[in-house]
Amino acid sequence: MTKLLRGAFVIGRRDFSATVLSKTFLFFLLGPLFPLLFGAIFGGIGASVANSRERPVVAVVASPADFARLAAARERLTAAVDPDRVVRLARFDAEPDLAAQQKRLLATRDPPVQAVLSNVAGQPQLVGSVRPEGTTAGQLRLILADSAAGREPLPLGVTRTQSSSGSLTRDRAATGQIGQMILFFLTLLLSTMLLSQMVEEKSNKIIEVVAAAVPIESLFVGKLFAMAAASLLGLIVWSAAGAGVIASLKAGGLATLPQPATGWPTFLALTATYFAMNYLLFGAVFLTIGAQASTVREVQTLSMPVTFGQILIFAFAATAVGSPNSGTALAAEAFPLSSPLAMVARAAQQPEILPHLAAIAWQILWIAVILRLGAALFRKTVLKSGPRLKWWRRAAKVVPMRIETRTTTEPLAPGS
Amino acid sequence: MLQQVQPKPVTTGPAVEAAKLVKDFGATRAVDGVSLTVPTGTIYGVLGPNGAGKTTLLRMLLGIIEPSLGSRRVLGHERPLDAAQEIGYLPEERGLYPAMHAREAIAFMGALRGLPLREARRRADALLADHGLADWAKKPIRNLSKGMAQTVQLLGTIIHKPRLIVLDEPFSGLDAINQARLEELIRGEARNGATIIFSTHVIAHAERLCERVAIIAKGKVAFDGRVDDARARLRPIVRLRTREADGPWRSVIPADARTEDDHLVFELPTSGPEPLLKALIDGGAGIEALAIERPGLHDAFVAIAGEAAAAAMAEEKLQ
Repeated sequence: MTKLLRGAFVIGRRDFSATVLSKTFLFFLLGPLFPLLFGAIFGGIGASVANSRERPVVAVVASPADFARLAAARERLTAAVDPDRVVRLARFDAEPDLAAQQKRLLATRDPPVQAVLSNVAGQPQLVGSVRPEGTTAGQLRLILADSAAGREPLPLGVTRTQSSSGSLTRDRAATGQIGQMILFFLTLLLSTMLLSQMVEEKSNKIIEVVAAAVPIESLFVGKLFAMAAASLLGLIVWSAAGAGVIASLKAGGLATLPQPATGWPTFLALTATYFAMNYLLFGAVFLTIGAQASTVREVQTLSMPVTFGQILIFAFAATAVGSPNSGTALAAEAFPLSSPLAMVARAAQQPEILPHLAAIAWQILWIAVILRLGAALFRKTVLKSGPRLKWWRRAAKVVPMRIETRTTTEPLAPGS
Repeated sequence: MLQQVQPKPVTTGPAVEAAKLVKDFGATRAVDGVSLTVPTGTIYGVLGPNGAGKTTLLRMLLGIIEPSLGSRRVLGHERPLDAAQEIGYLPEERGLYPAMHAREAIAFMGALRGLPLREARRRADALLADHGLADWAKKPIRNLSKGMAQTVQLLGTIIHKPRLIVLDEPFSGLDAINQARLEELIRGEARNGATIIFSTHVIAHAERLCERVAIIAKGKVAFDGRVDDARARLRPIVRLRTREADGPWRSVIPADARTEDDHLVFELPTSGPEPLLKALIDGGAGIEALAIERPGLHDAFVAIAGEAAAAAMAEEKLQ
């Protein structure tokens, strides 16, 4: 075991340095920025079009007359403040059960309702995800004061709420889905890189030197972990950049994103772990394939069906989104190759931690099994020797009596 | 994490012992019951044409591949990888990372064999300086000539001061100057106490360097022993040029004598040189030139492995 780890460390260290210190690693780091850049450009255009439609509104439960006063006061406010920065109002007729109406309105997505203002003629009440001292409440106080038309304005009561249960479930499912997609695309990218590295290793003829010095499993483990470390470095850069982008685009930054069931810290830790598991599982499969192929063409031929398989597994794991306890979801969580992706979805939707510990142990077991099988296959099929020409061709090339006669009267003494 | 390689007590037995090694690849038997013994501290040649099974044999001895049958013991270990830190191996298909600097490539191979990286780099610098490559230490391998790259790999093979050095066709691809340097390096390592096994299909190298050889043909060991013993299997060769074409002296010339460049060439009769010389003088041959030559390893190889194998080797050498 010590030999295996020592060998893996030497190989991993070399691979990590070779990857991270190469100029191409910068492109690797910049890679995700290109889709983000395109997303920002096209998203910006779309956002400006959709801005007015999608900006959250305050639902006002009031009579048309009361609402008209509020609307007029809002209009006057826009003379002094940028209209896009003034809270938008939408009127709704009062229903008998105000609490139920508030809950329903808060779950509304079209338009997205930030808060519900009610009893504007009496004791105004604001219920929603707003802070009492926040901008929305402040603007509403101004509007209410203006609409009071000389009367003493009554104080605005603010009740801060979380999102509704319906929207929370949807948000958590979306978080799980996004987590799955990030894991899938990253793993796809990295395992393909790993495959190319293995072929490069073989074309450089280094493998025999390595195989003579350390257990062949060291080569597999070293390569896997080197790429895992390099990708982790990438992940840190990308996560930091992503958090920065979110913080700059959305007030409140990451804290404003929907909270996963396990909480953000645990969810992020589990996602990182499942990324490692998913990468190691697929990396081990791809390394095994790379070990069987001797040319890039062979690799492409072999990797194509595996990539399709990977997509199928992603689709299988996606069944866990929305219904983490269904039969298919449980099957996806149990099947080793889909387990990490399916478990990410569970982490977003279900608060229990124990299933994750069991799943991680299960996945580690399968990584070991695949690595072992891959190494055995590699040793069996790759490091076999023999004539470069097939034996029958070689036999045909033998010229029977062409012998170079060499004799020497005074052969050198051995070692002289 | 890494430990300095500590010199281990020298085993008193043979450096390598193989017993009835067999390797099958599907229906092809690459090595067929090879048994051999490599004494500690010798330079040992494995001779045979390409496809004879030399590389497969060496790979089995090193534990890179497992034998289908048979056993081997390397530096006292039944599992060769257990002795990996005391073994240096230069494979036939040379391999280095093209983007890696020469110094780092050597140090990497040292680290693979258990040297701490810092020590490996120190030794790499020293080795490169000793071999006139100090200026190339920080150049990528892809910028080195083939001979230089091969030297770098060889230095990587010996950086950890192995007790057993296995070189698979080490001379192939080298020009005459680099071949001579390599021969000197092999002798130097042997002088320092290392056991060296190298395979070759060029008999001249084995003849100059080896104390013992194994002649492999079609996966089998046709001979395993001292070079002198291999030569001793053949009678000395007489090369004779005479003024007279015919006469009574012809009666002492064996019937299978052949003519090469105006010389008669034949095996020395078992009676020895004196009766032959007397018969030639008394028979009026008019001796112009007479040489009694000890057979070379090539002749022994031809006799042992068969002429077809020798012809195949001669052809490979020309390629």
